[in-house]
Amino acid sequence: MSTTNMASTASDAQPPTTPPPTQPLHALPQPFTTSNLEVLTQGAEALVYKTTFLTPSTPCVLKYRPPKLYRHPILDKRLTKARLLAEARVLVKCRREGLSVPAVLGGDWESGWLVLEWIGGRTVRAVLDEWVHKFGLRARDGKTSEEEVKRELDEGLMEVVAEEKESQEAREGLMRLMQMVGRAVGKLHEIGVCHGDLTTSNLMLRTPERKEVVGRGPPRMTVSAQREAAMSGQDPPEVIPVQQEETKETNSLEGDVVMIDFGLATQTIHEEDRAVDLYVLERAFTATHPAAEHLFQEVLRCYGESFKGAKTVLKRLADVRLRGRKRTMIG
Amino acid sequence: MATVRTITLPHYPSYPIHICMFRDVTNAAFLRSQLLEANPDFDYAFLDPSMILSPSHLLGGTFLALHASLLSRAKTRTPHSELVFRLHPNNNIGEAYRKFGISDSSTAIIAVKLGLGPEVTNERVSQHLGEHVQGESVNVGEEAERVGDWCDVGKVRKVYKLENPKKKGGKKGAQINGVGKEVDERREMESVILGMITLKGS
Ligand SMILES: Nc1ncnc2c1ncn2[C@@H]1O[C@H](COP(=O)(O)OP(=O)(O)O)[C@@H](O)[C@H]1O
Ligand SMILES: [Mg+2]
Repeated sequence: MSTTNMASTASDAQPPTTPPPTQPLHALPQPFTTSNLEVLTQGAEALVYKTTFLTPSTPCVLKYRPPKLYRHPILDKRLTKARLLAEARVLVKCRREGLSVPAVLGGDWESGWLVLEWIGGRTVRAVLDEWVHKFGLRARDGKTSEEEVKRELDEGLMEVVAEEKESQEAREGLMRLMQMVGRAVGKLHEIGVCHGDLTTSNLMLRTPERKEVVGRGPPRMTVSAQREAAMSGQDPPEVIPVQQEETKETNSLEGDVVMIDFGLATQTIHEEDRAVDLYVLERAFTATHPAAEHLFQEVLRCYGESFKGAKTVLKRLADVRLRGRKRTMIG
Repeated sequence: MATVRTITLPHYPSYPIHICMFRDVTNAAFLRSQLLEANPDFDYAFLDPSMILSPSHLLGGTFLALHASLLSRAKTRTPHSELVFRLHPNNNIGEAYRKFGISDSSTAIIAVKLGLGPEVTNERVSQHLGEHVQGESVNVGEEAERVGDWCDVGKVRKVYKLENPKKKGGKKGAQINGVGKEVDERREMESVILGMITLKGS
């Protein structure tokens, strides 16, 4: 991969300017219709929806690559098929090797869609944003001098968070998250896959499944099952306790890391590709918050210990950084 | 009358799926001969329950078979043979029938009938199967959740060439995220299998 690609990936990590609409805007491939479909994102390549698949209580993600009208139809179809297939193959390979990625539940390459297992939780980007937001509020309340805030930032988010009440828990939770990310990327590279777009939006912190739900409601029903039941208009579950449960979950740092979005993934063991994955991720961290760089050190530390060739990749990362910086100075 | 469960797949509400499970079957050879003769009255997928891991396994294959048939992309003669074919990891239809279909000596059977026309109703399927399958029909549950009850997990693992995580000392998978996360073996297998049958032939 070239350094030009890295730049575009890093800028993709910026927040979207318009909020996503809630109704599908494009013609959908058979058998999908706008009913029972909720828009999640509309990227340049794929439209992503939440829906159900195989059973009404199995939430899933539908990824649809609509035809690109500016491209020759035959070429477009061939490209779409090749990319979807590559994405699905890598996902199945990862899953076979025991890596946490969404399962492929179905798909149709000719028509341009793929159905993936739903990962309940939030992106690592959202997790980091929450912590930044928390700090931001505190800084505005207490300190007016920008200088002072800056100095504190330089000392690292960890120091700031450490002043807060749940400091110990937060520190441990964030560190554990960083360790999981480092190990997951290490494992991915070890099995011969490079992600190709490793941003914090493409890493999710999956909320642990709850076996029991506080409050009334049908026995042995998970929170998501209750939500499903509520959406499909069956016996409305006890709303209040469930909501409390979810509010609590929203800020939790519990769970495991799941990598998503393998649309640009390649099967490769080249050091350069691996180092670029890390570089892209590093850029995504620093774009969130300057202090997140400190957190990223923990990602690298765990990555370095995760497989045999990892240390050489870290050395290579230094070269990639240097090239990235040079390119920025010229451009 | 046999106990037939009728369910619909999300996104294909107009094609109900009729599922019926039997035990102590004594006339599997007859049923198989009807399939071989392509008797239109016996247009079913008769499956070996020991090869069905879970409802999603069965429904994953069913969705793909239905979808391929409706888009005229099926690789086999009927939507029901397409289902048997779709469940197998490779492209050999004969092998698919040997592995996922019934044999003359089968005593347990899962019968699947796709509701491709208005004449196919729960009532009629129930009547027809009750009349011609000599065996005891078993309730598969509200959402067909019991279709995986008679699965031989080892056999399924072998057909899909899945590694046994236990044999590797549980090294893979479970440890990536540290903290003793129990891996639900069947769920994990199902996740890989659904991907494999989706990718099959492409
Ligand atoms: N399997 C999934 N489970 C839950 N949410 C998902 C899943 N896949 C994607 N998403 C959500 O949809 C967003 C876009 O999906 P992604 O696969 O990254 O598509 P794109 O190629 O457009 O970035 C993700 O950032 C995430 O919030
Ligand atoms: Mg993405």
